[in-house]
Order: sequence, then C-alpha cells, then structure tokens
Amino acid sequence: MRLRLVKDDTHIDFFKYARVWLGISMVMILVALASFFIQGLNYGIDFQGGTSIRTEAEAPVDVAAYRAAITPLELGDVTITEVFDPTFADDENVAMVRIQSQEGTESVTAGTLAEVEAALQAVDPTLTFTATESVGPKVSGELIQTAFIAVALAVLAILAYVWLRFEWQFAVGAVLALVHDVALTIGIFSEIQIQFDLAIVAALLTIVGYSINDTVVVFDRVRENLRKYKTKKLKEVLNVSINETLSRTLMTSGTTLMALIALYILGGDVIRGFVFAMIWGVVIGTYSSVFVATTVLLVLGVKRDWSKKDPSAGTRYAEIDA
Amino acid sequence: MLNISPFRMVLIWLTVAVGLLLAMPNAFYGKVESYNDSVVATGSGEGWPGFLPSGLVNLGLDLRGGAHLLAEVQVEDVYQTMIDVRWPEVRDALAAERDTVGFVTREDSPEGVLRVRISEAAGADRALQIVRGLAQPVQGLSGAGSSDIEVAANGPVLTITLSDAEKAGIDERTMGQALEIVRNRIDEAGTREPSIQRQGDRRILIQVPGVGSAQEVKDLIGTTAQLTFQPVVGRTSDPSEDQGSGNELLPDSIQEGQYYILEREAVVTGEQLVDAQPAFDQNSRPAVSFRFNVTGARAFGDYTLGNVGSLFAIVLDDEVVSAPEIISHIPGGSGIITGQFTIEETTGLAIQLRAGALPAGLTFLEERTIGPELGQDSIDAGKVASMVAGVAVLLYMMAAYGLFGVFANITLIVNVGLIFGLLSLIGATLTLPGIAGIVLTIGMAVDANVIVFERIREELKTAKGPARAIELGYEKALSSIIDANITTFITATILYTMGSGPVRGFAITLALGIITSVFTALFVTRSLISIWFSRRRPKTIEV
Repeated sequence: MRLRLVKDDTHIDFFKYARVWLGISMVMILVALASFFIQGLNYGIDFQGGTSIRTEAEAPVDVAAYRAAITPLELGDVTITEVFDPTFADDENVAMVRIQSQEGTESVTAGTLAEVEAALQAVDPTLTFTATESVGPKVSGELIQTAFIAVALAVLAILAYVWLRFEWQFAVGAVLALVHDVALTIGIFSEIQIQFDLAIVAALLTIVGYSINDTVVVFDRVRENLRKYKTKKLKEVLNVSINETLSRTLMTSGTTLMALIALYILGGDVIRGFVFAMIWGVVIGTYSSVFVATTVLLVLGVKRDWSKKDPSAGTRYAEIDA
Repeated sequence: MLNISPFRMVLIWLTVAVGLLLAMPNAFYGKVESYNDSVVATGSGEGWPGFLPSGLVNLGLDLRGGAHLLAEVQVEDVYQTMIDVRWPEVRDALAAERDTVGFVTREDSPEGVLRVRISEAAGADRALQIVRGLAQPVQGLSGAGSSDIEVAANGPVLTITLSDAEKAGIDERTMGQALEIVRNRIDEAGTREPSIQRQGDRRILIQVPGVGSAQEVKDLIGTTAQLTFQPVVGRTSDPSEDQGSGNELLPDSIQEGQYYILEREAVVTGEQLVDAQPAFDQNSRPAVSFRFNVTGARAFGDYTLGNVGSLFAIVLDDEVVSAPEIISHIPGGSGIITGQFTIEETTGLAIQLRAGALPAGLTFLEERTIGPELGQDSIDAGKVASMVAGVAVLLYMMAAYGLFGVFANITLIVNVGLIFGLLSLIGATLTLPGIAGIVLTIGMAVDANVIVFERIREELKTAKGPARAIELGYEKALSSIIDANITTFITATILYTMGSGPVRGFAITLALGIITSVFTALFVTRSLISIWFSRRRPKTIEV
C-alpha cells in the first residue's frame, strides 16, 4: 500500500472557480500593499541602523526593570522584548534590547555599549551578553538598496530564462506568480510585524527560486501536452497538465514543508523568522504555480502548433539521451 | 537505455566515493581540527591519518562565535597630509626666484588644497611655471602618464591640488597599507583564521572568530607599530654582547643570528613618515623611495648631513628591517633605500614602512559580536532539526514510493554527504542560514526523484513494460528537472553576488545542493534502479 496525497487519476477543473481564486489573490495583494504602505515593515537593525543586544540570564526576564535601568542613559528609542523558545533550558532567559542608531556616530560607541551592559548587569548580575550587533545608518541604507536590487534582478533573470525556454506568455505568467509570492510575503511580514532583516531577503529570494521551480514543472508539462493534444481547448490542456503534475507538486511541497517545520520548531529562535518566511513562501508558491501562473496563461493564450513551426522539435539535444 | 555502461557506472560511483571521502573529516570535527592546527604549528600532526583528506567546512561567525566589523578608511585624511608636505618644496622653489615673484606666503585653504600667495602679481606666470615644474609623473599602473599635482593661478594666488590620478593612487596605497596594518595587528594576536578582506573602494571587512567582543578587535587594530630610524653603532652575532650605555641590541628581522647595536634615541619615527613606495635607483636596481613630513625632513636632513658613510637602521617593532648606508646628504625629506632587493622585497618593505601607523582614520560602520555559546546552541539546534527533517523525509518517501523510495533515500543521504564534501573541498563557510539551506535541500533534493517517479507511474499506465516505463520516465522528466533547477540556480547565484556573510553562506549551500541533487537523481538513483532491475528482472513494478 502506497501513501498517496492525491488519487492517481484526478480530473479537477482548476479553472471552474478561476475568478474566485484570482479575486482572492487580488484582495490579498491589496491588503499586503495597504499594510506595507500604512503600517510599514518592522525593519531590523540591518536595514534601519542601530544596536541590538541579546541578553541571557538565569532569572526570568523583567522587561520593566531592564527599561528602568536603560532609560537614564538617554539613548532615544529603546525596545526590549523577551524571547521564548522551546529549545531554551529553564535557566536560559533571553531578551533582545534594541537601541536606535545614535546621532553623529556610525555605530554605537564602545562607551555607550559598556554603560548599557553595566546598567543591565546591575539589574541582574547573572546577565551575559551573547550577541551584540551594531549597524550604522550608512550601511543599512546600502543594504536595503542591495536587497531590493537583488530581488528585482532575480525576477528579471527568471523572466529572461523562461522567455528563452518557453514563450513570452509563459514568462509573463511565471513572473506574475513570482510578484504575487513576493508581495504576499512582504505583506505578511508587515501585517504581523515580524522583524524584517537581511536573512528574510535571502528567504524571499529562495521563495522566488522555489516558486519558479514549481511553476516551470507545470509549464513544462503544458508545453508537452500542447504538442500532444493539438485540437484540445487550451483550458482543457492546462487542466490536464495541472492534474498530471499535481501529485508531484504536492509531494515536493510536502517534503519541503516537513523539513522546514522541523527547522521551525527545533532550529532555535535565531532563524525562526527566516524559516517562517520560507514556510509561508512554499505554501504561497505552490498555490501560485497551480492557480496564478496557469490562469495568466489561459488569459493570454499561447501558440498552439509547436511541432510544425519548431524545426528542431524532436531532435533536441536534451531529448536524445539522459 | 536502462542499462548504464560499466564505464559510466564506475565514474558515477567513483564521484560519489570521492565526495563522501571529502565529507568524512567533518564527522570527526574536533579531532581533525586539532590535527590541522598541529600541522600548521609543527609541520606534522597527530591523531588523524595523514593519507586521509583533512579539509573541513569552516564554521561561520554566527556558529563559532566571534567578531565581525566593517570599517571605512578615511582616505581624505591622507590627501591633506600629502598636500601639506608639498609646501616646503613649493616655498623653496619660489624663494629661489624671489626677484620675479617676491615673497611667498601660505594662505588658509579648504582641506586637501594648498594655496600660496606671491607678493609680485606680475610674476604669477613665472611662479605658475616653476610650481608646475615640480609636478612629477604619477607612479603606479593606473595613472601612468599624468602628473601628480594640478596648479592653477588666480592673480597672485596659486592653488595646488592633487590630481585625480594621484588621488586614485593614494587611495590604492592607503587601502593596501590599512589592510596590511589591520592584518598584521590581528595576526599578532594569534586568533584562528581571521579573515580580513577589502570590500569596495574604501572598506575593510574584518572577521575574527573566537574573540569576546568587537571592541577587542578595535583595540587590537588601534595599537600602532613602532617605526624608528636609529643610528647604527655596530653589528654582531652575539646577542649577549655588551651594547654600552645609551645603546640597545636588536635582532635583524630576516637574517637569524644577526644583531645590531643601535643608539637608543631615534632620529626620526614612523609618525613623521608620510609615504614609501617601491622605486628604482640610478642603476635601475629595485629600491624603496620614502618621504617625511616637515619636522621629519629637517631631522633627517640634519642627521644625514653629519653622518655620510655610516649605517642607519630602519627598525619596525623592535626588529631591524634594513640598515642601509647613508650615501649622501638627504635634504628634501625624501630619499631612497637601496640594497640587495628584489622587486617583491621592495614592494613588501614599502608596505611595511608605510604600515608603521594607520595612514588614515577608520570609521566602523558595522560591528557584530556573536558569543560562542549562542553559536554552539545554533549548531546543536541545527543538528537536531536536520536529523528530524531527514528522518521525516526518509519515512515519507518510503511510504510514498516503496522500494523506489528507498533508492531515493539512499540518494538523499549521498546527496547530503556530497554537499559537505564540496563545502570542504572549496573551503566554504557554513553559516546558520547555510544549515537552513541544507535542511531546505533535504526537502527539495527529493524533488528531482519525485518528478521521475511520478513520470514512471504515468508511463506504467500505458503498459509498455517496466523497463521501457522507467526509461521513458527519465527521458521525459529530464527537461522539467533541468529547467526547474536552472531557475533556482539563477536565484542562488544572485544571492551569492549580492549578499554578504551569512546570506552568502546560504547561497553556497543552496547552489551546491542544486548541483548535487540533480547529479544524484539523474545518475545515482538511476544506477541503483539499473542494478536492481538487471538482477531481478521483475515482470511488473510498483512505484
């Protein structure tokens, strides 16, 4: 007996509720954009500048006492949050102290840092500082620019590749699906205010990579079926293709999600945000490959007679032998 | 084509074996690390067989703990010094023509600009000519052919600025010098594998594993090396020789057993040196040219005038770098050091001379300290997570594809091994996001196999017999696999180029993961299936 996520022979009509799906996607993107422009992202120090100190103490974290100790130093905006994690031992009480970037200096001066550490240690002598990071406004500005360029470049490169390997309609479909995924990921980070730092940008790019991977597998089958069923309606060809690849789509998403969930629960708090972005991206990416990319293809229409116009068809190098 | 030729088979399994062999040292991390350390320290190591590979995956700062600093070098500081030292030269040159240009005074000027006023406005043309005559061709490769200063006249006021080519040259030298100093200082502290890299035009990225805080590194860089020029009293090979009062005995930096007795009081110190560059003497032998600031030039000039023929030692951090002979009086505050040098040596010596003190201020743009405990926690958490993820995927694959799932699982394990092997081979750095990359790869690596297996299932339905189905499955899945992985590889490449530090670590594991997973799915799984199939010759198969 084999474990099957989907039945062997499915005939689901994925376009029956195409308008509903598109509507949902549109609304979600609008919500994401609104949230991004109204509330904004909760930028980490990578992108905003400032200093973050990770503290670890034997006694429970007392945020109020920490704050009371730091306030007299007049460092401007100070955020203190307690960090919870199932991997922590009982005497491992972790907090993050974040200080805004100080005027006139690039990174926090040694003196200031020593003062903050001394003030906190007065509250709890068992306190240790397991990580201290300080980023100046100059670098953080550049980092955010680089991040933006990186994501844009990735999307453009994929647009070009898919265009070369398929047809422009496929490229547009794939890229719209990617934009959809990126927008929704940024949206959820803005909506629930998870810290957005460099690692999240890496996650974003990975989502782009994963989502396109999924989309390309579906597209590849569409291309094959377009050659096979020359008279079938495009909608039916798309449906057949999605159904045929559905088992693989869900199987791969399943194994990837399993690995990611293990990492989310057991991987520690340092990369939890990163892993969260990835899990969200895999779910959204799978959805968009099945619903968004193919619907775009259906709307744009595609060239049908691949076999006749393509003189190299059937003799392509890739098909001769693995 | 289900059968794979024996030659191919050998090649595939040889690749796998080499990959796993390269990965193996990582399983004995502590042992191999101490072995490698002892090899570096003594030339031979113990505790690990020498014939086995000993390359390890480097652990990033976020896993090992340590400090990461990004410093910007304030090269403008140097422009100011370099223009200041031109003043005596300009003054002396113009003073020689006092009849036409009159008195010369220096005016207040913005930073990096030298402004000179002459009292006879009518002599401005002549003055311009004289000062332009002082310009020298820019040394170095980039600005060859252009002169080092630009002179403009506005009535009786001459404005002298450094040319862009000279500035570019200064930038290069300053950066080289700053890198050298930072590297020397940190190497002296003897920490394991510090990484000091130039980043962009003016930045230095410093990563030092194992230090307690970024501040320690800053303190280390802040201390200046002592460069002095001292008169030589005598040479000896006996370190216990009586050096006499007011003198000191210092070793030669290159020749062992060679000592110099020097006057303790330095004539000039490194703080007064503004520049040193590799050059050639009159006979085209490699030499080092140098230049002092105003006070240094005076002291140096006075001393060389009275001591022609005697030895003059250049001492860096209490070691005699070189003890050239004073051939003639050197009045202008600049001169050359000749000796039995090769071009490489003069380049090195010039850097060392300049490396006396940091040439320009450093501004720290980014500082990060990760405690070793946090790093260890991350490693532990990463290990547990990878194992759980691995086991979950293995069970799932077996449940979904039965025997073929087992093949895929063997491949998956080989795949992770190959990633570590490649990481060790290229000496890449494993970071926390890198571990996440591996876990992600565990999830995604099965994808290529899944695509093939699903295809085989489909082909089986059309009942062409199992061998043909497997063959067709691979054939038809190929273009999907290639396209899907190339696109992911594109994003990994972009991540690598644009990212830094931990993100780069992630990009590397992701990219390697793509390569190994395609290789293993197309070749390793296939050869497993091929071996199994040719032994059993099953009439029907279930995938």
